[in-house]
This record gives sequence, structure tokens and C-alpha cells, in this order.
Amino acid sequence: MQLLRAILQRLLTTAITLIGVAVIVFVVVRVVPGNPIAMMLPPGATDEDIARLTAQYGLDKTIPEQFLIWARGVLHGDFGTSITARQPVLDLVLGRLPATLELSLMALVIAVILGGIAALTGTRKRDTLTEAGIDITNGMALSIPDFLWGLLLILAFGVLVPIFHISGRVTPSLELPFTTDFYLVESLVRLRFDLWLDIVSHMFLPALALAIPLAAIIGQLLKQSLKETMHLDYVTLARTKGYGENHVILREALPNAILPTLTLVGVQFTFLIGGTVIIERLFSYEGLGNMAIDAVINRDLPLIQGIVILFAVIFTAVNLVVDLLYAVLNPRLRHG
Amino acid sequence: MADARALVHRRAGLRLWLSAGWIALVAAAALLAPWIAPHDPLAQDLFLGRLPPFWMEGTEPGYWLGTDSLGRDVLSRILHGARIALIVAVIAGTLTCLIGATLGLLAGFLRGWVDLVISRLIDIWMAFPPVLFSILLIAVLGPGLTSIIIAIVVIDWTRFARVVRAEAMAQGAMDYVASARVAGRTRIGTMLREILPNVLPTIVVLLTLEMGIAVIVEAILSFVNLSISTDDPTWGGMIAEGRTSVHQAWWVLVFPLVTLFLTVLAFSQLGEGLKDRYDPVLQ
Amino acid sequence: MSFLQVTNLSARIKGSDHRLLRGVSLTVEAGEVRGLVGESGAGKSMIGKAILGILPRAIEITGGSILLNGTELLTLSPAERRRLIGASTALIPQDPLTALNPSRRIGPQITDRLVDILGWSRSAADARATELLDEVQITDPTRVLRAYPHELSGGMRQRILIASAFAAEPKLIIADEPTTALDVTVQKQILKLIATMQARHGTALLFVTHDLGVVAKVCQKISVLYGGLVVEDTTAEAYFTGPAHAYSRALLAATPKYTNPEASLLPIPDAVIAAVQADVDAYDRRVP
Repeated sequence: MQLLRAILQRLLTTAITLIGVAVIVFVVVRVVPGNPIAMMLPPGATDEDIARLTAQYGLDKTIPEQFLIWARGVLHGDFGTSITARQPVLDLVLGRLPATLELSLMALVIAVILGGIAALTGTRKRDTLTEAGIDITNGMALSIPDFLWGLLLILAFGVLVPIFHISGRVTPSLELPFTTDFYLVESLVRLRFDLWLDIVSHMFLPALALAIPLAAIIGQLLKQSLKETMHLDYVTLARTKGYGENHVILREALPNAILPTLTLVGVQFTFLIGGTVIIERLFSYEGLGNMAIDAVINRDLPLIQGIVILFAVIFTAVNLVVDLLYAVLNPRLRHG
Repeated sequence: MADARALVHRRAGLRLWLSAGWIALVAAAALLAPWIAPHDPLAQDLFLGRLPPFWMEGTEPGYWLGTDSLGRDVLSRILHGARIALIVAVIAGTLTCLIGATLGLLAGFLRGWVDLVISRLIDIWMAFPPVLFSILLIAVLGPGLTSIIIAIVVIDWTRFARVVRAEAMAQGAMDYVASARVAGRTRIGTMLREILPNVLPTIVVLLTLEMGIAVIVEAILSFVNLSISTDDPTWGGMIAEGRTSVHQAWWVLVFPLVTLFLTVLAFSQLGEGLKDRYDPVLQ
Repeated sequence: MSFLQVTNLSARIKGSDHRLLRGVSLTVEAGEVRGLVGESGAGKSMIGKAILGILPRAIEITGGSILLNGTELLTLSPAERRRLIGASTALIPQDPLTALNPSRRIGPQITDRLVDILGWSRSAADARATELLDEVQITDPTRVLRAYPHELSGGMRQRILIASAFAAEPKLIIADEPTTALDVTVQKQILKLIATMQARHGTALLFVTHDLGVVAKVCQKISVLYGGLVVEDTTAEAYFTGPAHAYSRALLAATPKYTNPEASLLPIPDAVIAAVQADVDAYDRRVP
């Protein structure tokens, strides 16, 4: 009963948040100066042409009316039509979503690996110069946002030592036999390792740029809770059984130290996804974020709305998944 | 073992001074730019395009850090760029702080429906990708310094509001607040005289960090070409330009990037240093 | 040759002259139970930790020797020492609520040493775990082995820790205040259980406690500790009939009797404390 109430409450606040996002975006994009319809018509179009198209996109109605029409459409899976591309917004957005998802998840994996290594090494070598070095590196990594890391990586591994691609998602001259937009996954499934390598060498730098700040947070937080856990009685007991430091850290301390880190990583992961907007721009990576910036520059109202709503949905979904994971990983909650 | 600790500890003091020093240097550059810049940052000279920095072959005297593709002096542009960076940092940072901290204080201390509304707003804000949101706002407001500052305030007030709200709540539950109320202080009086001073160190630290963030946001907006009019030299604008010609003239990207990097690092390390030293809450 | 022979063991806080152990010597013969008593802060737990090699990093051993079955522990490499300790000794910890890993099931926490360190097969270890739970009078062992610690009561968990300690048939068990954290009613059962298990398996036991009532029930030998200094080393019989040292006598008088727990307790007189503190100071003058 209590659980049911908690779930209902959670769904309610999520709904309010999403509606709030929708309302704000809707209003904001409609006070954008400049008539997007006039922009899309060739010069010399008559006022009637403009009026006709304005009516076609429903932009002649009041903002509340427009919102209701739009909201009704959304409930039926219709997010409107892009003004510049003249295609359904949903198709456009879903076409780009896989690129951004693959990038974000790759970044998450890199962050977990780097942060995990930093935390484990720091715990293993606690109270030594190695730990101090890890702390300093973490502090640096945390102070610099993904945008700057992206630029530095472009300089280092795109220009000085050009071992990675710094532009695009895949080399344009390659034949792509893909039926989905999940290039990274599909190239693996089809065993096209040549393509896979090309895609990874395009994705690696942007993913790393996104990953570095998150890796630092994971490293710091996980190390802190690992070190706290290392003092606990069950860890000491395991030592008396004859286990060495590595085993004690990995099997006794780690499972218990992960939980507090997990919640925070959830929030931070949404920041990472938000960061894809500028990082995709920086690396000319054809994802949602890059499309979003173009949409803003082109005043493509329906497309902007669609993308922002999608981001908000992803953010709330990530938070929900983290809460579920927490429940699954914590035996106390699992067995109520 | 103990010396490693001591080393880190000593470093913490050094970090504060280095950060403050660099920020002072940037501030001096911003103030004195018209007098110390060797060239007009806007002067183009196509015959002097893409000159390398002073230690390389084929330079012209006086162009220490080289020139960009239009022949504009990189060093002069960096110095002038410091002005916009610092103006944004100080004004946007302060305004964000004032608005965010006030809302957070009200929510945390008054609770009730005020808290409900503000918390819900924070939730909604957290569901926006911030960079996209800022670009959207600039598109609405039109490019310009004022727009950038407004955009930063509108987006980042939640940073202050969230922390200050939680802290005000914790402080509000303590005994000394109750005794102040019993002693006849009004609610607003209690909030300003009892709660605010205790939250102040936290706010100062957040403010320092926010200034670094403001510098970055300005650079990002310049980078997507939505900041100031394209003529004015900004670090982000220089970086955007340097990015496109990085294979031909790396210095156009490197120097403004290093400056931006150090400035952001300095603000953040200053904030962290202050936090370690004075703020029991955020530690 | 005693199974455990601690000689002249000294320890202090690293980088300070704060002494924690002052030339402690004690022996535990095979199959024998020795009580190690003293007030809190006397250093009695420290001795157990020094033997097991789990002293906090801030504490260093400054001298002495620990012989386990004739092997000097203090000069072994950490890895060799861990193996030896893991194979021949075990710990019954103080607080059953914190000594089991909350994210692991009970079964593996009992069998892990058998499988990982001693190379048993998993099925043999599982069978052994069931048998042990039976021995410590836990009904429904199959369910308990699959349970997580938070699903069990404190008394249950202490039984499991006892079972786990005896799992590998160690030659020596160190029980570090194993009943202190438990309810009074459960305390008696657990104490009885430890005594029974010890007798059945013939394990040597170093019983660290501040509770002389406990010592009276299970120990054959007693060491009394004050300020990291052994002030008396005697048999239990001699101790309870008439301890030699004034401090031991005062400690005995300050202990509640099982027979009459309500009787008012005598605090340890200041003069006695002053006398025993003088012993400590004398040691510090003698051993700079």
C-alpha cells in the first residue's frame, strides 16, 4: 500500500515536471522574434502565401489554443511537422536519438571504467602519494567542463597526435549496410568490425570528453565510500580469514560502497546527456543535440519542442532507472 | 605516509593563492586591455593572416601569439576577450546568486506552499538540458551581453536554490532558530539575522564556482555563434574560429583555449579552496 | 611449547609516544581457554588484533614476538602471514550486527574461507556449512544459508559467526567480547554455545572480555590487563579464590554476580588505581 502510494506520487511529480517542461518550451519558442514561415518561403512570396502556411502550421491561433492542439497531437504520438525539413518531428527525432544514446552510453561506460579504476587504485594505495595524485587529478577533471575537455582532446588526439577522428559519426565515403540507426551496435551484430572500428574512432573523443567529469565524480565518491567501508567489521573479519587487500576491496567493500555512489551517478548522468548538445556540435556528430542547435538557429518551432521534450523524458527515465537499480542492488529493499 | 598528507595539505593553501593570482591577472588584463594590447583587436590585415607565434619561423615583430586568418592579433584579442568574460562572470554570477539564494532561502525557511512551488520549479528546470536551454533563450532574446547574462541567471538559479534551500531547512530545524522566534523575532528577521549568516559561507563558495561556469557558458554561446556580435573579440568566438582552422593554424585555437582553461580552473579551484577552508556544509 | 606464545609485545600509536601495549607476555596451550580481562582501554582487544594482523594502520608494533605453533608471525611477509592466520586461527567478533557483510548471503560468508583459502570443493563446503549450523542449533539451515544478514536476529547472527569461526577446524580462536553486544538473555546461551563448541572441537581459545562472570564460566587461565600491562597471569581457580594483585581483587569486587546481579557494585578504589598506575609508570621508566 505504501509502495503503491510512493509509486503513484512519483508518477504524478514526473507528469507535472514533463507538463511544466512542455509549457515552458512552448511559450518560450513562441516569443522568438522573426516569423519562421516567412523564413522558409522563397523571397517574393505573397502575404497570402505566408498567411496560408501560417494557418497550416496552426501558428495563427492563440498560444493556449496552439498548446492544446499540440498536446492532443502528442497524446496520439504526433509531435507536428518540422518546418525546415517538412517531415514529421517524431521521425526526425527518433532517427537521431540512437546516435545520441550510443554516444551517452559509451561515455557512461568510459566514465565508470575510469572512475572505478581511480577509486580502486586510490583505496588500494590509500594514504600514499599515489592517492594524493589521484585526488589532484580528480579535482582537475572535475573543475573543467566537458566542452573544454572536448577542445583539448581535439588538439591532443586530432591534431598533435592524429589517431582519432574529430568530426562526424562515420567516415562519409563508407558504404553503410545498416537498417537501424544504432550504428555502433549494428556493426557489431553484423560482424563488420571494420565499420565498428571506424565508428568507435569517431565516437571515442566526444565520449571521453563527456566522460571525464563524471569519471572524476565516480572516482571521488566511490573512493570515499570504499575507504569508509574498509574500516567496517566484516571487512576486518574477511582479513582474518586469510584474504588479501585486493580481494577484500573487490568482494567485501565494493558491493556495499557502490550503493551511495549510484544515486549521485544517476543525476550526473543526466548532466552528461545534457552535455551531448554542445559536444555533438563540437565534434560535428550527427545526433539530437546537433540537430537541436540547428533547429534553434532555423527557428524550427515544432522540432525544438520535440527535442526538448524528448530530453526531458530521457532525464526522468534515467532517474527512474537509477531508483529501480538501487532497489535491485540493495538486499534490504529487495526483501522488504 | 604522513608526509603525503602534509604535502596535499600544503598544496591546498598554494592552490588558493595561485587561483586568486590568475584571476587577478585576468582582471588586470580586462581593465587595462586598451592600453596594453599591442594592436587593435579588430584591425584586419589580410597580408598578415595566420602569422605563427613569436618563437616560430615567419613571424612579424609585435605579433607575439600570431594572427588569425583575417590577420587580427591573437594576443590583443585575448586581452580584450577578458573584458567580456569577466563582465559576464561578475554580473551573471552575482545576479544568479542573489535570485537563486533568495528563492532557496524562502523555500527552505518558509516551507509550505512556497517551498512546494519552488521545489517543483527546480524539478522542471532540472529536466532541461542546460546548454540547449541557454541556446534557446539566446535565440529568443537576441544576441548580446544582456541576453547572455539573462540566460545564465534564468538557467543557473537552481544551483543556488537547491543547496541553500536544503541548508536553510537544516538550520531552521535547530534550536537557536526556535529560541530566536521565542525571543520575539519576526519570521523575516529570523531568516535574515539567524539563518542567512550561517548559509553565507556556502553561498560565497557557490558564487565563486558560478563565476567559472558563467565564463564557460559565455564561451559556449560564442562558440555556437549566438553570443555577442561576431566582431567583438570573445574567447569562445576565437575558439570557434580556431576550431575550423586547427589544421592550418593551431595557435588561433590553443592560446584562447589555454586562457579559458586556466580561468575556469582558477575560479573552480578558488571555490574548492574556500570550501575546504571555510565551509563546513559543502565539504 | 605453547600453541600461542606472545612475548614482551609492545605497541604504540604511530609517530607518538602513546603506548598501547607494554611488554605483554601470555601463552595459550593447545585446547586451553585463556581469559584476557581488563577495563575498556586496557589494550585487551589490541592483543587479539596484533595476533591476527588486523591492527589499525595508525598503530605500530614496536617490539616483542608472537609465536604461533612455533612460527614467528611478526617477521613473516604479509601474504604468508595471512595464509597462516587464515588456515589456523579464527575470530569471533564483538558485534554480530556489523560483522556480516550486508550484501552477501550467509552461506558464502561461512564457506568462503574453506573454498578460497583452503581449497575445499564447493559441495563439501556447503555440506560443512549445513552441519555447522546444525551444531550451533540453528533450525532450518537451508533457509538461513540463503538469507541475507538483515533477515536474521542478533543472536542468530552471532551463532552464524561462531559456526563460521569453527568451520575450518582452527587450532586457535580469538573471541573478542563476543557477548557484549547481545541481550542479557541471549548472552548466556551464546556463552554456553562457545564453551560447548570449544570443548567438542578441542580448540584453543583466547577469550577477550571485560566481564569476569564470563571468565569464571569458561576459562582455565586468566591474564589481567591494565594500561597495556599484564598485572596478573594465573589460573582461573587461583584467581577466583584470591587474586594476588590488588587491582585484580578490586576488579573482581566490581563485577556483578550472576547469582545476585542486583547487589550494589564496589567501584575500584582510587588507591588501587594509583597503585596499578604506578606499576605502569615504573614500566615506562624501565623501558624507555
